[in-house]
Amino acid sequence: MAKDQKRKNNLLTDEQYLQLYYFMKLTREYEESILKLYRQGKIVGGAYTGNGNEATAVGSVFALEKHDYLFPMHRDMGSHLVKGQSLRNLMLQHLGRGNSLSKGRDGTGHYADPLLRIYGNISHLGAMIPMAAGTALASKLRKEKSVSLTFIGDGGSNVGDVHESLAMASVMKLPLILIIENNQFAYSTPVQKQKAMEKYSDRAQGYGIPGFTIDGTDIDAVYSTCKEAVDRARRGEGPTLIESVTMRMHGHSAHDGAEYVPKQLLEEWKKKDPVERIEKKLLSENILSHTQKEEIGKKVMAELEDAIQFAIESPYPPAEDAALGVYAE
Amino acid sequence: MQLSAFMRNNFFTEIMATITYIEAISKGLWEEMERDSSVFLIGEDIGVFGGAFKVTKGFLKHFGEERVIDTVLAETAIIGAATGAAVVGMRPVAEIQFSDFVTTAFSQLVNNTASIHYRWHLSCPMVVRLPSGAGIHGGPFHSRNPEAWFFHQPGFKIVAPSTPYDAKGLIKAAIRDNNPVLYFEHKRLYRHIKGEVPETEYLIEIGKGDIKREGNDISVITYGSMVHMALEAAEVLRSEHGVSVEVVDLRSLMPLDTELIFSSVRKTGKVLVAHEDNITGGIGGEISALISQHCFEYLDAPIQRLGSLDTPTPYSPPLEEFFLPNTKKVVAALIELAKY
Repeated sequence: MAKDQKRKNNLLTDEQYLQLYYFMKLTREYEESILKLYRQGKIVGGAYTGNGNEATAVGSVFALEKHDYLFPMHRDMGSHLVKGQSLRNLMLQHLGRGNSLSKGRDGTGHYADPLLRIYGNISHLGAMIPMAAGTALASKLRKEKSVSLTFIGDGGSNVGDVHESLAMASVMKLPLILIIENNQFAYSTPVQKQKAMEKYSDRAQGYGIPGFTIDGTDIDAVYSTCKEAVDRARRGEGPTLIESVTMRMHGHSAHDGAEYVPKQLLEEWKKKDPVERIEKKLLSENILSHTQKEEIGKKVMAELEDAIQFAIESPYPPAEDAALGVYAE
Repeated sequence: MQLSAFMRNNFFTEIMATITYIEAISKGLWEEMERDSSVFLIGEDIGVFGGAFKVTKGFLKHFGEERVIDTVLAETAIIGAATGAAVVGMRPVAEIQFSDFVTTAFSQLVNNTASIHYRWHLSCPMVVRLPSGAGIHGGPFHSRNPEAWFFHQPGFKIVAPSTPYDAKGLIKAAIRDNNPVLYFEHKRLYRHIKGEVPETEYLIEIGKGDIKREGNDISVITYGSMVHMALEAAEVLRSEHGVSVEVVDLRSLMPLDTELIFSSVRKTGKVLVAHEDNITGGIGGEISALISQHCFEYLDAPIQRLGSLDTPTPYSPPLEEFFLPNTKKVVAALIELAKY
């Protein structure tokens, strides 16, 4: 069977599934290495992971084109990779190096890469959604047909910025897609204390836009729903709200042991581990062989090693740089 | 010589029209929209209605609804959308209907917009127009002068013109600037102040103040509506007290024209820092500190400050009048200074 053909009952070609698998593996291992570096004291700030969210971060951006705008959140490391960001650049950001995209001005995914059209988040939850509406507006005014994809958590979805953006984008029919990553906890607060309605996608009705709730660990569900939303946005039919139900398998950040999360809940969700899910699917459908699996694993680790080595050997920015660059020329 | 003074003195070569402050803003916006198709307007009631103050009256018909965008009532979305569009190369001019309501978009402006170039190394060429100021019986929520909140946040350029000439030159410069510019336009000046404006194109450099009246004995460092009170007071001081007052109109609050401030203070040795914003935490405090640090040996009197009371803006006419600075209060402060 040719790699560029779709099997019966499959959404994507074998080649595409292998790409998705690679990116999800890479995301998982990248974040594991970030935690390791954090414990070694090599990461000066916080370390956040999206363990459990890989299918959402990777599958959603897989539905985008190069010219689309991406505004990722802190649990969407995979989205950076699919959009074309290099591991080296991401690692430089985490380690606060002078040759990072933010030149050490900010850490983690907090950078912009205009060539890849990636605009990282700030720490204020919801603050990027009005900006994503802005790039969607620019796209509409310039007749670019580019869509803007952004994310928010179950907790962050309550911030006023989210409402204002959806109110504006729905009326103007802006090409905006918002994924609410419902990962069950906002720091320590369970989702039951964040909302009174049944599903986050119910909120879409209030804006007169389509809303979907999907299993965020299922790569097919994520990709197909996002693809539909992207196509819709590109046709000029306006925004879509997608609730992706996942689990935050780690604490809020590396310092947080998350003792407040019931063990049973974690065990249940462990069975739906998105990386294992895609791996099982691909192995059982003979899209991925055991040899290929090993090869991909080795490739991922080698790439990571290179990025870590490169970042560690890269210098910090000169201290006096702190005073520069408040204004553009 | 200051550019504006040059323009004013060369009226033989310049065809001048006398227009109001609000017309000057409109003309500047219009010219920039004609010149650059990436400039667009976004705000509440600015299209069909022409804006709460009619600054953009007629714009919708001429430029179309894609460039004159009436939005939902949502200031955070307006500022956020302008920021997003600016980062990808547009030049939005956002209108906050009354500057008081900018508080609703404070997080966007301060956390996001202002720090974009520092964090992302990208330009964010946008203007936020902020109709501000008291004296129109607007009460606590339609009268503020909120410039000091943003003065404290690195990343903004801030302008506050006092005349039609400056209003037009600065709105054009603001639109062409590659940074977020907060443009404070005083509501009471809109139709009360008229002035000559050249028909030919000109810009006013952001960061440059202007001597609105030359004098030798006392400097008034001010901006916005208080420039006019200072000019009236200076005339009273000359005619009734024989004191020569220099009026320094800052025009730009960020960056401040410290050179102009210092040279005036070094000449006169006495200084009144005045603004319509309330005193405590106002920009005048920073200006006073700069003067005392850099001109201490030139000072013949303690630096004086004048501003509104440290209260919310009251509604009822006698209360508002008592709350606000006015020409009489400037005269009184100048007489006190003259005694040193």
